[in-house]
Amino acid sequence: MNLFDVMGPIMVGPSSSHTAGAVRIGFITRKLLGEPVTDAEMLLHGSFAATGEGHGTDRALVAGLLGMNPDDENIPKSFDIAGKQGMKFRTGVIALRNVHPNTAMLRVSGKSGKKLEVVASSLGGGRIRICRIDGIETNFSGDCPTLIVHNLDQPGHVAQVTELLYQYSVNIASMQLYRNVRGGYAVMVLECDQPIPAEPLASLAQKDGIIKVTYLNLDE
Amino acid sequence: MAFTSVKQLLAAAKEQNLPLWEIILDEDVKDRGTGREDSLRQMNALWSAMKSAGVSYRAEARSKSGLVGGDGGKMEEYAKTGNGIVSGFFSEVIAQALQMGECNACMKRIVAAPTAGSCGVLPAVLIPFAKANKIEDRQIISALFVAAGFGQIIASRASISGAEGGCQAEIGSASAMAAAAVVSLKGGTPEMCANACAMALMNLLGLVCDPVAGLVEIPCVKRNVVGAVNAISCADMSLAGIGSAIPPDEVIDAMREVGDMMPAALKETGTGGLAATPAGITAAKRIHGNI
Repeated sequence: MNLFDVMGPIMVGPSSSHTAGAVRIGFITRKLLGEPVTDAEMLLHGSFAATGEGHGTDRALVAGLLGMNPDDENIPKSFDIAGKQGMKFRTGVIALRNVHPNTAMLRVSGKSGKKLEVVASSLGGGRIRICRIDGIETNFSGDCPTLIVHNLDQPGHVAQVTELLYQYSVNIASMQLYRNVRGGYAVMVLECDQPIPAEPLASLAQKDGIIKVTYLNLDE
Repeated sequence: MAFTSVKQLLAAAKEQNLPLWEIILDEDVKDRGTGREDSLRQMNALWSAMKSAGVSYRAEARSKSGLVGGDGGKMEEYAKTGNGIVSGFFSEVIAQALQMGECNACMKRIVAAPTAGSCGVLPAVLIPFAKANKIEDRQIISALFVAAGFGQIIASRASISGAEGGCQAEIGSASAMAAAAVVSLKGGTPEMCANACAMALMNLLGLVCDPVAGLVEIPCVKRNVVGAVNAISCADMSLAGIGSAIPPDEVIDAMREVGDMMPAALKETGTGGLAATPAGITAAKRIHGNI
């Protein structure tokens, strides 16, 4: 844990895991969708389900989906704000297998009709982990610039991506590869030490076999 | 890599002949690959947020469950009468700890230090101390580095999470961090800071995390008071030259072991201790049935 994981964050209470972490889960889901959320289904698992309402977990998730950060004083009023902005949401309970007790599954759709399903866990101290995107296992925190590439499971795509990062002097901190079936749909998640410029990402998205490129940098 | 033992931290301070806070700041700069200014700016932001949280308190506010709220106001009023057993600085510490804990429960903006549940301990010591002794922000920020440095060692050797180590890991750690911080403000030596940290932690060893209805309310709000008062007592003991018979690192290791031995019912599951009392169960049923 770094010094400011121990001291801080500045956050709206009452719980770093059930409130601040939940805001971050909502926020990252919104970023991953890449456009304003118009409809959200929020399913709470484990301790999130048991004590979530008293901790404001539901309001925190909605706040994050609206683009608020964990220190936003409007978090307690997020339901009203969502109403005014025309964002519909529902909460429910779910029993997921093999996940952390503080986990939520979010099914969101955006302005253009784009849909996304995210499963994320709150690990304590406001830190989170994205465990699944659209049914494919992942494992990243969003703490550093993160590149998520969805592609066809065929040779060459990893080389394309790493070559591009090399050209822009971006160092890779961690790299994970996942796929649903051999030759099917694959996802690579790269956590980087430096931010990635927008323009090479746009050209990457045009390449054959690349289905979707998502870039997450919470500092931007 | 940041310090993983108090021994290392004290040795580095001695070797480089620098105050503890400078050593901790330098280590943060190296650890996160950031600049000195950035680290100082971040700590300054935390201190500003603590002060803002202090004034954001409203005695009429209640938590969503209705379990807590208003006690910080009662304590402040009582302190003003001057009829308290303790007065002045000490009664302000008690009121501030309650108020900060209640702010957190009422979804106000606070600083997790080290956690949201224990957010009242450091500000309850530092805000009244700064006021009473006319301490500049710059000095408080140095003291916060000291607090964070000790907290980081506790986090690496043991835990700062109630779910992992019980309340000793949250209020205990916060108290140990605050004790070290206030000793540094009083001009104590690095060894005195370390002794205060060790004594504060050992005094709260074994404290369980047993929140009623699983919420960060009962007993969390009032435990911030015990954390703050304990920090001040241990800081003064240390400044008086009283040492810790058990070295700081060994106290931290003992905290970890005690935490490991604690049953799950006493680690933030809301199923043991106060949460399992008849009154606790009744409150939980009412809340989970109604919200």
